[in-house]
Amino acid sequence: MSAGKGFVHPYVPNAAPGPRARMLAALGRKDVEELYAAIPPPLRFKGRLDLPPPLPGEHDLRQHLEGLLRQNRSAQDLLVFRGAGCAPHWVPALCDEIAGRGEFLTAYAGGTYSDHGKNQALFEFQSMLGELVGLEVVSAPTYDYGAAADSAVLMACRLTGRKGVLVPAFLARDRLSQMRGFVKPVATLAEVAQDPATGLLDLGDLKRKLGHDVAAVYVENPGYLGGIETQVPAIAKLVHAAGALLVVGVDPLSLGVLAAPGEQGADIVVGDIQPLGIHMYAGGGQAGFIACRDEERFVAELPTTLISAAPAQGGGLGFGSSTHERTSYDKRHAATDYYGTTQWLWGIAAAVYLGLLGPKGLAEVGLGVMQRARYAAERLAGVKGLQVPSLAGSFFKEFVVDVAGAGRTPAAVNEDLLDAGIVGGKDLTGEFPGLGQAMLVCVTEAHGKAEIDALVDAVKESCR
Amino acid sequence: MTTGPAFHAARWNEPLLMELSEPGARGIVPPAADPAIARAAGDVLARLPAGARRAAPPALPEVAQHRIVRHFTRLSQMTMGFDVTTDMMGTCTMKYSPKVHDHVARDHRVADIHPLQDESTIQGLLAVLYGFNRMMCAIAGMDEFTFQPASGAQGIYTNACLIRAYHEARGELGQRNEIITTAFSHPADAATPAVAGFRVITLMPGEMGYPEVDALKTALSPRTAGLMLTNPEDTGQFNPKIRTFVDLVHKAGGLCAYDQANGNPLLGIARAGDAGFDLCQFNLHKTFSAPHGSVGLGCAAVGVKEPLRRFLPRPVVAFDGKRYRLEHDRPHAIDKIRAFLGNVPTVLKAYAWVMSLGAEGLRAVAETAVLNNNYLLDKVRAIPGVAIPWPANTAPKLEQVRYSWQPLYEETGVATHEIEQRLVDYGVQHYMTSHVPVLVPQPFTIEPGESLTVDELDRMAEALAAIAQEARTDPELVKSGPHRASITPIDASIPDDPACWAFTWRALQRKRARWDAPDRKRKERSHAGY
Repeated sequence: MSAGKGFVHPYVPNAAPGPRARMLAALGRKDVEELYAAIPPPLRFKGRLDLPPPLPGEHDLRQHLEGLLRQNRSAQDLLVFRGAGCAPHWVPALCDEIAGRGEFLTAYAGGTYSDHGKNQALFEFQSMLGELVGLEVVSAPTYDYGAAADSAVLMACRLTGRKGVLVPAFLARDRLSQMRGFVKPVATLAEVAQDPATGLLDLGDLKRKLGHDVAAVYVENPGYLGGIETQVPAIAKLVHAAGALLVVGVDPLSLGVLAAPGEQGADIVVGDIQPLGIHMYAGGGQAGFIACRDEERFVAELPTTLISAAPAQGGGLGFGSSTHERTSYDKRHAATDYYGTTQWLWGIAAAVYLGLLGPKGLAEVGLGVMQRARYAAERLAGVKGLQVPSLAGSFFKEFVVDVAGAGRTPAAVNEDLLDAGIVGGKDLTGEFPGLGQAMLVCVTEAHGKAEIDALVDAVKESCR
Repeated sequence: MTTGPAFHAARWNEPLLMELSEPGARGIVPPAADPAIARAAGDVLARLPAGARRAAPPALPEVAQHRIVRHFTRLSQMTMGFDVTTDMMGTCTMKYSPKVHDHVARDHRVADIHPLQDESTIQGLLAVLYGFNRMMCAIAGMDEFTFQPASGAQGIYTNACLIRAYHEARGELGQRNEIITTAFSHPADAATPAVAGFRVITLMPGEMGYPEVDALKTALSPRTAGLMLTNPEDTGQFNPKIRTFVDLVHKAGGLCAYDQANGNPLLGIARAGDAGFDLCQFNLHKTFSAPHGSVGLGCAAVGVKEPLRRFLPRPVVAFDGKRYRLEHDRPHAIDKIRAFLGNVPTVLKAYAWVMSLGAEGLRAVAETAVLNNNYLLDKVRAIPGVAIPWPANTAPKLEQVRYSWQPLYEETGVATHEIEQRLVDYGVQHYMTSHVPVLVPQPFTIEPGESLTVDELDRMAEALAAIAQEARTDPELVKSGPHRASITPIDASIPDDPACWAFTWRALQRKRARWDAPDRKRKERSHAGY
C-alpha cells in the first residue's frame, strides 16, 4: 500500500484515500512511511506477507468458513458421552443471548463507571458461586479448572510457609501436568492413593503423607473419575490437624445436591464453570474460579481481580476492583502468581444460568445427572463382560467402564460407537493403565433415556 | 463544550438479582429425568452419607424468566463495549470485532464440539488451527505457533516456560536464572518469568523513553536466561536499538522473547523473526480483532523458531497433506498451559479476520493505526495542560501515546484519574492511565486503533480539551464526577477495606452495616478501574 492509493475496507475506514490524505495533510506528512521513522530500515519487512488471497466480502468469507466447519461433526450430529473436564451440557437460550450481547462481548477493561453493568453481573456471578460453595470470597473467573487449582495450592504454600502439595492419585493427567509445570519452582507434588473403584481417598495414606512440610491437600469432589468424595469433613480434620490447608475442586453443577465444601471444612474451593450454561467450544468453554474464606490473609494471596460492592452517593450499589496491589499488574518482578484476560464472558453466562435455575432448578439438575449416570452405569454393567467399578460408590456425571472382560479395548469400542454416531467415553488406558481397559463415560442432564439406551445398545453390539 | 456533554448513560438503578428474588418463582424448567430412569436409579441421594448431601438448597435467587432477561439486558446497557462507543484504552488495542465472526463461532459445529472428539470428526477445526498457524508464521517470521494460552499474560508465561525448558535441556538452568525486561513492557513480562522461577531485572528508560544499550550491557551476565519485552513499549515508542539488544543477549547465551501485545502497528511492517527473536506472542483478542469479551475469552498466539519447536506444549496440529491430526507424543514439550486446545473460537475469529483482510489489508491496519495515533497526538498535544514525556525523542509514536496531565494537575489540582472518570460523562469509555511503575506523572495512555473514523478521533480530542477547560473553570465538577454515568460516585475506599469489602451477596449482608461505622479506616484511592 502506498501513500496515495489507499485501501478501502469496512474495518479500516481511515485507510481509504480521502481520510488518509486529509489526515496526512493535517500532520504535514506526505507518506505514512514517515511515521515509521523510528524503525531502522534493516528491521523493516520488505515485500508482502505470504498470506492466502483475502475474502473481503462477508458472504464469501462466511462460505469459506462454513465450508471448513462442515467437516466437523458436533454434539448435535453425534451423541457425545465424553467428559473428562468438558461435557455436553444443556445451555439455556438466555445464556447465549446475554453472552452474545454486543455490549458485553466487546467490553474490556472499563471500570466502576464505564462498565457498571459488567461489574454488577460479575459481582452476581461471585455471589451465586459463593452460595454454592459456602464461602464469602469468590474470584472473578480464572482461565480454567487447572489454573484455579494451581493458584489455590500456591496460595496455601504462601499462607503456611510450606512447600508440599498432596494431590489425588487419579487426578487428570493434563491437570496434573498443568500443576506440575506451574508449581515446580516453589513446591513439590506428591500423590495420595485413592480407591480405584469409588475414588475415595485412602485416609491411611493421607495420614502417612501429611508431614510437617505439607501446605495443601488438594482433593476433587467429584473426582476426575466421577466418584463423590464422601469423606471431606474427615479429610478436613486431618489436614487442619497437620497445619495444612484443604483445597477442594468441585463441579459447581453438583452443588444443588452435594454439600457445600465451605461448610465441610474446605479452606479454598476451585472448579470449572463450563457446566453452568456454557457450550463446549472445543475446550473454549472452560473457565475457573477460586473461592476462600473472607479473611484478609487469604484475600491478600488471591491473584485475581475481585469485584467488591460499594455504596453509591446517589443510593444503590456500585462496584470497584479491590486491592489491586495483590495482582501481578502491580507486583511485577515480585509476583508469585499472574493474572490477565480470563474468560469473564463465561462468568456472565454462568450468572445467567444460576439466576435462571434458582435453588430448585439446580437441585433438580444435580439429582437428574446422578440418576441418569447411575441408570447408564447399571445398564452398561449388565452388558456381558463389562465391569463398572464405579457402582461400588456414588458418582456424579462420570463413571468408569472396563471393557477388558469383553475382550475389547476402549479404542476399539469407541471406533464402533463412532460408526454408530456416538462419541464414547474417554479412553483411560494411556492415563491410568492400572485401571485396565477402562473408559470414562459421561452422562449429563442433556442425555435422555433414548440416548442412553442407544449408547448401551451400541456398546453391547461392539462387545458381542 | 463548556456547557458540558449532552450524553447520559442508561441508569436503571437495577437491583441485584438476589434482591429480585420471590420465593417459589421459577426462571426455567430444566430437562427432567425420564420417570423410568428415576425409578431404575433409585434414591441416589440416599446412598450418600448425610454429611455429603446438601442439607438445604443453595440460596440462589428465584426470579421469573422475563425479569432475568430484563435484568441482564439492562446490565449490558450499562456497559461501554466497543459496539456502543469509542474505546481507546491504551495497551488494549480496542478495535471493531466483526459480527460475522461471532455468528460463525456460534455455529454448533464450533460451539458443540468436545475437545477430545476423534480427529476425523473435527477436521474443519483442525484445518483452521493449522491454517492459522501457517498465517501467523508468515506474519511473525516464526516456524511454529501454539494457541493454547488463553490470554496475553498466559502467553508471556508460556514464553518464560519455553525459555526455562530450553536452558534446562542444555543443563544450564541452574546457572541461567535471570530474565531481563523493561519498565515500560507489560507487567506480565516481569511477573510471569518470576512465577516461572527466574530472577527478573528491569531496565529503566533513558532520556529517549526506552532503555539504552549500556543499561542492557550492565544487566547481562552468564546468569542471563533471556530477554522478554514489548517494542513498541506501552509508551508507543519503538526502541530502534532492538537488534543490538537481541544480538547482545544471544552473545551472552540468552534467548529473546518478543511480547507483541503492542503488535498492531507492525503487521506487514516488521517481524519478530527478522529482528532475531527466538520467541514471540500476539494477543488474538487485541491485534487480531477477536472480541475482548468483558475480559476474556482471550488467546495468545505463541510463536517460536525451529530450535524451540520441540518444547511447545502438546498437542500440536500436524498435517500430512490429506488429514489433520493432533500430535500428543511430544517428549520434550513443556507442561500443559491450559486445558485442551485453548480458546478455539478466538482462534477461529482471528483466522476469519486475517482471511478478510489479507496481506495488503493487514498492512493497511498497521499503517492506519499509526496514522490515527499521530493524528490524535497532534490534537491532544495542542490541549493546554498536556505534556508529552521524553521531549528528546522526536520520532513519531507508533500505535499509542503515554501522555501526562502534570501541567494541568499543577495548575488546577485535578488528577488524571478524575479526568478518566469524567470522560465517561462524554459518552466514551474511560482511558487507561498507566501500568506500574508509574514513571510518568499524572499519566494517561491512549491507543486509537485502526477502526475509528476521523470524526470519532476528533470527538475524543474535543472531550479531553473540554475536561481540561472544566478543570480550570470548575474543578469540583471534574473531581465530583462522573455525573452522567450509569452509577453515581461510589465510596471507593470500601473495596480496599477488609472490614467492609464484599465480594459476594452473603458477605454484603454481613458487612454492610460496617460501611457507616464512624471508626472505619478510609484510604485515598488513586484509580477506580483496573
